[in-house]
Amino acid sequence: MAAQIKPYLAALLQKKLREEGRGLNDYRKIEVEINPLASSAGSARVKIGSTEVLVGVKLDVGEPFPDTPNEGVLIGNAELVPMASPDFEPGPPKPESIEIARVIDRGIRESHAIDMQKMVIKEGEKVWMVNFDVYPINHDGNLLDAGALGAIIALMNARFPKYDEKAGRVKYTELTKEKLPMTEIPIMTTFGKLSGTIFVDPTKREGDVMDTRLSITTLESEKASSMQKGGFGTFTKDDVLQMFDLAVEKGKELRKLLKQATSKA
Amino acid sequence: MKRGGYIMADKLFVKDHDVVVPGEELAEGLDYLPAGKAFRDGEKIFAATIGLVSVKGHVLKVIPLAGKYMPRRGDVVIAKVTGIGHSGWTLDINSPYMADLNIGEASSEYIDTNRHEMSEYFDIDDYVLCEVITISDAKFVKLTAKFRPYRRLSPGNIIEVSPTKIPRIIGKQGSMINTIKDYSKCEISVGQNGWIWISGEPEQQARVARVIKMIEKEAHKQGLTDRVKNMMEGK
Repeated sequence: MAAQIKPYLAALLQKKLREEGRGLNDYRKIEVEINPLASSAGSARVKIGSTEVLVGVKLDVGEPFPDTPNEGVLIGNAELVPMASPDFEPGPPKPESIEIARVIDRGIRESHAIDMQKMVIKEGEKVWMVNFDVYPINHDGNLLDAGALGAIIALMNARFPKYDEKAGRVKYTELTKEKLPMTEIPIMTTFGKLSGTIFVDPTKREGDVMDTRLSITTLESEKASSMQKGGFGTFTKDDVLQMFDLAVEKGKELRKLLKQATSKA
Repeated sequence: MKRGGYIMADKLFVKDHDVVVPGEELAEGLDYLPAGKAFRDGEKIFAATIGLVSVKGHVLKVIPLAGKYMPRRGDVVIAKVTGIGHSGWTLDINSPYMADLNIGEASSEYIDTNRHEMSEYFDIDDYVLCEVITISDAKFVKLTAKFRPYRRLSPGNIIEVSPTKIPRIIGKQGSMINTIKDYSKCEISVGQNGWIWISGEPEQQARVARVIKMIEKEAHKQGLTDRVKNMMEGK
């Protein structure tokens, strides 16, 4: 379908219009559900338009990496299941799912959103390990932003399970009231570019035809913690600066929405 | 009522526009004729799928609310080219069955494969407006694109809707689709298989797509024509 609809979408974007009637720099409607999963330490369900992802957090105790004996461990994973889209096939992880997991992971890791030094039980021996899994339920584009938003919400609302130090066992189902030591709220904003027009939050149809994309994770301090470019097209320097300013603005918007949702929960 | 020596009571358990579920008993007795996704088992009529009931005289019909496209002879469909062979093309018709377009059915002219590449006529990923000519018992579907208006579709907007909603999108004698065409000045081809091709001014193309999606979503409701007019006027 991509080749067939590309000229139409390019012409539409050139006129600063989107298929759903929103503006170039608008997100689709975002809905957030906090801790929908009873069996995980923390979870989130995020909908951006008809894109839907479920993120679960698991907290475990394990050995730290030898080069960071005084820090906890963060591991992110994404599973593109066939349920989400006919484009996804079962089998070992494909580059797309690895990219999604790593870009979301990097945005959180490099922002130091979790104070990893507070996650140590015994230096060099035992630390808390944070695992988050991103599961798209429905793919209508922009899984990166939905996954990143879901991941940070799930982490912010995750609680430590009970840990029996003597037996060295984690009681996963018994949660304490203690939350993760969060210091930042990194927010990812993904831009697409098609025939010279830059737009926020590409749908699947736009994503299939766009020349290139850039995902920027921004912090409250208006700094970027990570960037990822995809696709074969190019950006100019002005493009990148313009997108960065927009990403900061969108970050503020989403952070507000996220705080509202958290205060309600 | 007396029929064949038996006393029969003809009972109808549903009304027009009722929603029914598979296996639901719709009527008893021999007075009603099942149509669509309704079937007779002995003296009773049941629904075979989830759908809307339509009662017209003695015809009791169940119109499915959801389902895949099942090809029928004479259907106009929009197909996507997925393969090129020695003597024809393989196409996806948004159905469980693939379809074949034989080289003799592709054009009203003679296609000389020594002088022309097959892909000059239909290339992979092209969309073709065509008609179903035959379906074999083994569900081999054959298409034709020999006559107007059947052709390769130029770039435009392709949208996908549930094939069961196509009659509603077309409307009575094409009333709904013609309303949309008149307001939008767009060229629209509706395939029975649920794929719709829209060509015209980009803003109108997007609007038509939104209107059609609205019809798909609200197909079971009444008074859609007025809402379509309002949406097309930009209200």
